[in-house]
Amino acid sequence: MADITNQSLNEIIEKVKTKKISSTDLTKAYIKNIESAKKLNAFITTTFDQALEKAKQFDNKPNFNQLLPGIPLAVKDLFCTENIKTTAGSNILNNFIPSYESTVTKNLWSNGSFLLGKLNCDEFAMGSSNETSHYGNVINPVGDQLVPGGSSGGSSSALAADLTPATIGTDTGGSIRQPASFTGTVGLKPTYGLCSRWGIVAFASSLDQAGPMTKTIKDCAIMLESMSGFDEKDSTSINKKKEQYSKNLKDNIKGLKIGIPKEYRVDNMPKEIDELWEKGKKILKDLGAQLIDISLPHTKYALPTYYIVAPAEASSNLARYDGVRYGYRSKQGKDLIEMYEKTRSEGFGDEVKRRILIGTYVLSSGYYDAYYLKAQKVRQLIKKDFDDSFTKIDAILTPSTPSSAFKIGEKTSDPVSMYLNDIFTVPVNLAGIPALSLPAGVDEQGYPLGLQLIGKALDEQKILNIGYAIEKNCGFKNEIKKWWS
Amino acid sequence: MSKEKFNYFIKGDKGKYEVVIGLEVHAQVLSKSKLFSGSPTKFGAAPNNQVSLIDSAFPGMLPVINEECIKQAVRTGLGLNAKINNYSVFDRKNYFYADLPQGYQISQYKHPIVGEGKVLLDMPYGSKEIGIERLHLEQDAGKSIHDMDPSNTYVDLNRSGIALMEIVSKPDLRSPDEVNAYIKKLRSIMRYLGTCDGNMQEGSLRADVNVSVRKEGDKNFGTRCEIKNVNSIKFMQMAIEYEAARQVELIENGKEIDQETRLFDTKKNETRSMRSKEDAHDYRYFPDPDLLPLKLEQKLIDELKKSLPELPDKKKERFIKEYGLNAYEANVLVSEKEISDYYEEVAKLSDKKLAATWMMGDLFAMLNDKGLDISKSPISAKHFAELVQSIKSGEISGRIAKEVFEIMLETGDNPKKIIESKGLKQQSDPKKLEKMISEILSKNKDKVVQYKSGKDKLFGFFVGQVMKSSGGKANPQLTNEILKKLLKG
Repeated sequence: MADITNQSLNEIIEKVKTKKISSTDLTKAYIKNIESAKKLNAFITTTFDQALEKAKQFDNKPNFNQLLPGIPLAVKDLFCTENIKTTAGSNILNNFIPSYESTVTKNLWSNGSFLLGKLNCDEFAMGSSNETSHYGNVINPVGDQLVPGGSSGGSSSALAADLTPATIGTDTGGSIRQPASFTGTVGLKPTYGLCSRWGIVAFASSLDQAGPMTKTIKDCAIMLESMSGFDEKDSTSINKKKEQYSKNLKDNIKGLKIGIPKEYRVDNMPKEIDELWEKGKKILKDLGAQLIDISLPHTKYALPTYYIVAPAEASSNLARYDGVRYGYRSKQGKDLIEMYEKTRSEGFGDEVKRRILIGTYVLSSGYYDAYYLKAQKVRQLIKKDFDDSFTKIDAILTPSTPSSAFKIGEKTSDPVSMYLNDIFTVPVNLAGIPALSLPAGVDEQGYPLGLQLIGKALDEQKILNIGYAIEKNCGFKNEIKKWWS
Repeated sequence: MSKEKFNYFIKGDKGKYEVVIGLEVHAQVLSKSKLFSGSPTKFGAAPNNQVSLIDSAFPGMLPVINEECIKQAVRTGLGLNAKINNYSVFDRKNYFYADLPQGYQISQYKHPIVGEGKVLLDMPYGSKEIGIERLHLEQDAGKSIHDMDPSNTYVDLNRSGIALMEIVSKPDLRSPDEVNAYIKKLRSIMRYLGTCDGNMQEGSLRADVNVSVRKEGDKNFGTRCEIKNVNSIKFMQMAIEYEAARQVELIENGKEIDQETRLFDTKKNETRSMRSKEDAHDYRYFPDPDLLPLKLEQKLIDELKKSLPELPDKKKERFIKEYGLNAYEANVLVSEKEISDYYEEVAKLSDKKLAATWMMGDLFAMLNDKGLDISKSPISAKHFAELVQSIKSGEISGRIAKEVFEIMLETGDNPKKIIESKGLKQQSDPKKLEKMISEILSKNKDKVVQYKSGKDKLFGFFVGQVMKSSGGKANPQLTNEILKKLLKG
């Protein structure tokens, strides 16, 4: 039998439904892959016994009407999972076992899937290369020594290496789309409020959004449908009717107006990125879409704005990790203040500390107006840029990242060059709108490159449809050799 | 009515000083569950038994606003004649402490739910208006317990996340007496509204007290000190007196007052510096991104306004008009909703004025004696009204009434029954009385002669004899009349 694990989620679901494979055999196939892929370091925790038990339960009493019947899934270790250790990639949560399940994972399980393991990620989702995790670097299956992107680096690596049929990540400034782009996979950051944040370890509350990471656009639609939905436990959750993204997926994009923002052509951008963009435009044009040049004038302020807003919120969100009630506590410290200082010094890594310091600084009295308040104003302008554009167009096409995957260690000594990786993804989070990255080509070294489609709020279906059309016509195939096993 | 003059000044060697006081009152919202979680709020539960994952700030937990707390804040705002803001924002106030699980308190900073309002005080020197600066909602913190173990601190999070209203006054208060009247008035208004139980022993009402002094007649305020978290009116008054005297002494000695936060040591009766302005926390307030701005529909505010109960100021006016009470009586009888309810029930069934006199006299003395609230009164309003009515109709005298009152207290019987079974009914039959008085006069002929020769004081002696012989039941008025008539003859 052909290897089931290199197929798409949609194909696997069909095979389970037509009883060509049992949930148990499917689960065993992934476990085998995971066990031989330890080099990639994609997992922090595996839950094989529990997964096999769930698979058995499914096979004994299958329900094929579910969206994800008997499908094992590994998820980013930022989602709290009941009775399963949840670390957020941090030493400070190295012993934390939640008594509760995040809404998003609960939605996945109630659609028939179950947990295969918890995936490595940058510490508290702060990073663009998965090099800030307390649990070590994750390797990109595209090539040894390559980063898988971040912060959902364990997710992208596991997905590309066939260690899970699909997965979920979180995207605060590009943490789904950039790793998807680096590994030749699909990643979608939904509209802010479409997926509940309840039970997800918070990084920056006004930007965080969970989303699917999959091998195909169709898979992406299935996963989004399974994980999204209103949640009264999240005050920022959007109360609206559930969409049937996979059923409504269509590749006819004739007549759609696609905006091409001039501000996304940045200096020193590798020519492959430019060529990829051109390729995307041509495909859309050939399919009958209309290309329209647009301007998003405040784009250049997005990155500095993001690196004020996100650390500000993070500095406050991470204050709860104080060693008092759960998580790591230093054994040193003779009084409360010293206990805090030692616990947080030993519990957090450098990048997290850096952002806590930045965040604390920009919120401090005397600096608040100049930094945080100004950043909030600029954020409104960035959002307005998009709002204005979307009165004339249906979606926006840009590259996902300014480069392909880089080497481990290449940017760790220069945080700013690392931050620049998010230059195309960050504006979308600031505006709260949806965007997806899909693989559309490779660079000279054969490393995958992604195109980004940006839609207006709650227009996930439209960007999925456009992505679906590009996917069918771009001729990309992820050719990863399993060099690690 | 002659009014006293306001006269609370601190005397120094170089003149008189006025004391300027502003209060930040923290009132616990009366609600079944906490401000952002479903945990119960009952007082006195075993430690850490009313704590949800949200209250203890577990990873990924999110706050969801409790609508009842919002309504309670709006009701309170309306009760303080204040502007209700249709748009308000919850902010995070960041600081580290062991009993603050989130590492921040969710509060309202730039956009509070309630804006400016006012409270009227009745002082001996007339009525005085105290401005309200704002009212905002915030979470309470937990409790650190330092004295249970020599080397460890224990934390109880039952209170963590309970809704508080912080009511900030303008610096309009000028004496400990005004502070007393202000707190009592606030408490009364909130109890009428059912928005705070005002129980100071259980910590439902506490205040930060801002005190400064200035030379009498000065226009500018002096440097203020904030005395944190004082939990009784008496302690507030003591703290103010100590603090004002301390500041005057500094000024008189040519020293500067440091703007600082102080605490009141109730054992030593002094305030001590907690932290100076330089050490003040930088709370790094910013809007809580987990909560959307709170937008109140005018319709909701209007509905809440319509459903407000009659509040003490209105009720006082009505009591004066409807029941013919004087301002003092009306003030006392509206001070607590339960008292006013009791009074109205009594007044409906008996003489309105006499009811007020007897309530404020014997009933209050008894309740005070027993340390009871009026809601726990062993004498029901109905029985009390019967007693008042018996006095009014002349069935019993005031003196007998006191006796009946005592028996009511012991037995719980109604006064009619007591008066009848004990034969306490007033002797008001003129014929019988006249016969009794004639007998007494003939027994005391020598005294009658003395009286007639000008010893007026002996009248009292005769009244006493009548009362003695009647067992106190002789109608005093009638006794007087008959005595006078017979002594003339």
